[in-house]
Amino acid sequence: MYSEKVLDHFKNPRNVGELEDADAEGTVGNPVCGDMMTMYIKVKDDRIEDVKFKTFGCGAAIATSSMTTELAKGKTLDEALKISRQDVADALDGLPLVKMHCSNLAADALHEAINSYKEKSTKK
Amino acid sequence: MSIRVYMDHGAGRPVDPRVLDAMKPYFTERFGNPASFHSEGFKALEALKEARSSVAELINADPSEIVFTSGATESNNLALLGGALRNRKKGSKVVRSAVEHISVINICKELSRMGFEVAECPVDEAGVLDLMELEKHVDDDTVLVTVMAANGEIGTLQPIREAAELAHSHGALFHTDATAAAGQVPLDVKKLGVDLMTLSSNDVYGPKGVGALYVKKGVRVKPHMIGGGQENGIRSGTENVPGIVGMGEAARLAKQEMEAESKRLTALRDRLIEGVLAAIPESYLNGHPTERLPNNANIRFSYIEGEALMLSLDDLGIQLSTGSACAAKTLEPSHTLLACGLKHEEAHGSLVFTLGKNNNRNQVEYVIQELPGVVERLRAMSPLTPEELR
Repeated sequence: MYSEKVLDHFKNPRNVGELEDADAEGTVGNPVCGDMMTMYIKVKDDRIEDVKFKTFGCGAAIATSSMTTELAKGKTLDEALKISRQDVADALDGLPLVKMHCSNLAADALHEAINSYKEKSTKK
Repeated sequence: MSIRVYMDHGAGRPVDPRVLDAMKPYFTERFGNPASFHSEGFKALEALKEARSSVAELINADPSEIVFTSGATESNNLALLGGALRNRKKGSKVVRSAVEHISVINICKELSRMGFEVAECPVDEAGVLDLMELEKHVDDDTVLVTVMAANGEIGTLQPIREAAELAHSHGALFHTDATAAAGQVPLDVKKLGVDLMTLSSNDVYGPKGVGALYVKKGVRVKPHMIGGGQENGIRSGTENVPGIVGMGEAARLAKQEMEAESKRLTALRDRLIEGVLAAIPESYLNGHPTERLPNNANIRFSYIEGEALMLSLDDLGIQLSTGSACAAKTLEPSHTLLACGLKHEEAHGSLVFTLGKNNNRNQVEYVIQELPGVVERLRAMSPLTPEELR
């Protein structure tokens, strides 16, 4: 069973959708496994000014995506890189054990997006 | 919220109130042990006898051919482990269909650990057993063939009579798990020619924790519960008299009411399928369009995942099941859907509706009305595109 917080974030996901003028995006998972998500970030002065997500997956996948965007918004890139899967799960008052691995990918997607942004800016 | 639309009867059913009434006296008044040689014991024995007759009648068996168990899983164990081990001298091969219930699949795994060769016979895209393939798999070394009468998840009915005939032509026993079929479609063990048939009480609106195995006269299975020799020595242990009385009454009612109820459910099922497919683009029916259980609709929706669908519907008072890995303990999508040739990502987006006595037309319309919004909301969140599903 899911915690109240997971259910809340599943039913009323925050920051869902695409970010049209995103500076970078990161995608993890694949449809074969049943979980796939994309994080879009908008960066200003090394800070995550805006973040949005799109997720294919179960209730936990959607709730962790939503929570990750809440945790990341306003943080510096380096702070946001430190957000771990465990942090996301803790912020949601825990996840069922079986969901910890497969559906808790949103932090990875965020890191992907940040790393992709960093790569792009160093190339400039 | 007061709306409650329970459409998960394949997972669990309410006990029919008439069944509960029949059971009640056997908890506190007629609590005797059927083995006792006094009037209280005789009452219990009489009740067992009556229940056995009712269950036998449901499948046109002789009462002496019914063994009561603790449910379908135990019946499957007794039939498959017991049947294969007792007849080991005959051969060392067991054949099952690819879409059997998980209990049958895991028992077959156990048999292969014990040295049996287990062959899996494929099904077509509607989930129907491929008889030509079955013919290739069954040989003179085959001890036992098991094919379910109907699949509880996609509803597909199987050609049991033909499969049994094929098994017998090689001297093998034939078992069918009729858990999902019983009470919905007519089952006649003589016409079907089966040797062993699994039945579950809850699936005919009896209590949970009771089931039966039909063992054809002359067929031997190795007992797995050793004790005082109850149930003809096949299943020892003092009988669960109230439960068995419940299963008996449930079977009696099922026999009486099946024809009308199945007709009613078929109409509801067809309306549900037609309504959902019409209302939601890129939704598809899984299983066979017509050769399916009266109460079963299995529909898949592209781009989204079944557990999220289930959660959203639960919020609207609608309960059902999914073939998605995300709702399974194993994190594997439904083996039944995969056996029908669906891709993993397709199986993840499947919903299983299993209708029952308390469902009505208004509830079906409510689902048809609510489901499109739920699907749309999740699709709007999904990053998947048609290219990724190709």
